[in-house]
Amino acid sequence: MNSVDNGLGVEKVHVWRGDLHVLRGVSLQVTPGELVHVAGPNGTGKSTLLRVITGLLHPEQGTVTWCSRAIDRFRAEYQAQLTYLSHEPALKGDLTALENLRFAVGLKRQVAPAELREALGHTGVAHCADLPARVLSAGQRRRVAMARVLAMRASLWLLDEPFANLDAQGSELVSELLRSHVLQGGLAVIVAHHELRIECPLRRLELHA
Amino acid sequence: MWTWFYKLASPPHVYSLAATFAPWFLGLAALLLGYGVVDGLAFAPPDYQQGDAFRIIYVHAPGAWMSTFIYTTMAVAGAIGLIWRIKVGHAVAAACAPIGASFTVLALATGSLWGKPMWGTYWAWDPRLTSELILLFLYVGVMSLRSAFEDAARGDRAAALLAIVGVVNVPIIHYSVVWWNSLHQGATVAKLGKPSMDAAMLWPLLSMFLGFMLFFGGVLCLRLQGEVLNRERQSNWVRQALKS
Amino acid sequence: MSVGPVEVFLLVMRRELRLSFRRPEQLLQPLVFFLIVTTLFPLGLNLQLSLLRDMSPGVLWVAALLSSLLSLDALFKSDADDGTLEQLALSGQGLVLIVTAKTCAHWLVTGAALVLVAPLVAIALNIPSVAFATMMVSLAMGTLTLSWLGAIGAGLTVGLRRSNVLLSLIVLPLAMPLLIFGAAATDRAISQISPAGALYFLAALCVFTCTLAPFAVTAALRITLE
Repeated sequence: MNSVDNGLGVEKVHVWRGDLHVLRGVSLQVTPGELVHVAGPNGTGKSTLLRVITGLLHPEQGTVTWCSRAIDRFRAEYQAQLTYLSHEPALKGDLTALENLRFAVGLKRQVAPAELREALGHTGVAHCADLPARVLSAGQRRRVAMARVLAMRASLWLLDEPFANLDAQGSELVSELLRSHVLQGGLAVIVAHHELRIECPLRRLELHA
Repeated sequence: MWTWFYKLASPPHVYSLAATFAPWFLGLAALLLGYGVVDGLAFAPPDYQQGDAFRIIYVHAPGAWMSTFIYTTMAVAGAIGLIWRIKVGHAVAAACAPIGASFTVLALATGSLWGKPMWGTYWAWDPRLTSELILLFLYVGVMSLRSAFEDAARGDRAAALLAIVGVVNVPIIHYSVVWWNSLHQGATVAKLGKPSMDAAMLWPLLSMFLGFMLFFGGVLCLRLQGEVLNRERQSNWVRQALKS
Repeated sequence: MSVGPVEVFLLVMRRELRLSFRRPEQLLQPLVFFLIVTTLFPLGLNLQLSLLRDMSPGVLWVAALLSSLLSLDALFKSDADDGTLEQLALSGQGLVLIVTAKTCAHWLVTGAALVLVAPLVAIALNIPSVAFATMMVSLAMGTLTLSWLGAIGAGLTVGLRRSNVLLSLIVLPLAMPLLIFGAAATDRAISQISPAGALYFLAALCVFTCTLAPFAVTAALRITLE
């Protein structure tokens, strides 16, 4: 079995959604310091693949391994080492950006508000820290979500369309964050529609209908 | 040695088993039910207290037993599907539900008809009747939940979980006559030791019990075939089976 | 530095309470519903006060049941809609613990509030004050059990259309024993017979549910998230 000693392995995963055979024997390897770009037309199961990797979705056949161990065996520990960003930025509208971050990161580790404000500053939304999330624009919410990803300090980043709703400056910011994460030995699997231009070890996985 | 057991997880195998067993189950059921009905209604002696009114026991008691037995079967099958992710379990649970609900209605209806001569009322809010009614609502809940999901697999899993949660009601139904002062009579047959019923009345009753169980087995096999075909409709073996 | 279970519990409770109090109108709705439903019975049945007293435990409990059900639909809905439910499941902390904290917070703002308002309603239904203590204790245990049963239903029906109706269909049969014993306890207290038996049974139901329901709710949520 091809498993990566200290990285992510996806082995011949099959997923059916009702009658649709969404993922057909997809395999993938990611080593530390590597970014994998999952590409393909709509409806080919890119988001589904990401959810299988998070461990939320149980594949009908196939396995996902982390550091050579199947994630089924140690799900909670595995999930503590990853950060997942879905289509929704996952913010409570009635809480401020800072409160959202304090809760999300606070579940993982003790963190001072000052550090979170710094993370928000890093993604260019420091001025939004004390505003309720529902008054922020889609782009600002996306940046707050990226600040959360940063603050989590996870080794594996699973991002679904991280460039959505962002302007050119925002996209460049996300690219830069990905680059530094990967160059520091992190792993990342990104779903994106367009071509990625990031200067780091990059591989591409193409999913077909 | 255990291969026959492991093969039960395979849908095509279960489909052919069900097709084989159904006629046998139904045939035997017809015999046993025929004997039970004739002997119980015509030949068994009348009860010293109730006269001929007691004869409804030949339908009511097995019907009530089946309603709880089938619910437990449905919960166990659902649990197998949920925990070990064996799809046949969900097919069995889905096939059981309407049969069990029907038996529950039968038990409630025959019980109600019996209540009038025996207690003077068609209905009483006593523990056993109330918990049997709750059982009917649980069946309806499980069936409604399963059909409310667009993704059938998720619907199966949710319905299985609900069935498991509701199985708490089954021992309550059985022991309600022991735990509380109930209008309903206590256990006559399912007691350890000698059943407190005369042999001439007992044999047709046992025959009805067995007949109902076989009837359930036969109908389950028929419905199971349909469920398995529907769930596996994309696979090759189904296309082959439908052609032949 | 990692986070222990107590901190996780308090963190989730604090978030839930903060979210609830930022929408105070939504907190009041179930309470107002409770008050309205209890007035419907005397108005519709046009009973004399003495007869009303006989019916009042049942009326009180049915109203408490229905108003709790109203608010249960929302227990997981907003988290499922904005994606925060997934994040909770992926937090690496046990989902059982998080679910327990959410449900306890929910009970504090609905069930506990109902218990505090109950004496007002009891006066309107002509329940004598000697029965108040039993009534409030039984309602406290009953609404807590109901919060958990409702959480199971809410976990199973999150994301379904018209989940409100299905939720009630699932939860009400499970809640019937609660109704029977809760109303019986209050009834006995009004008649000045010892309600101990009914209260013990209610407590047993409460403990049983609070012990096992968290696992059922977590399993239901994982099914939803798949």
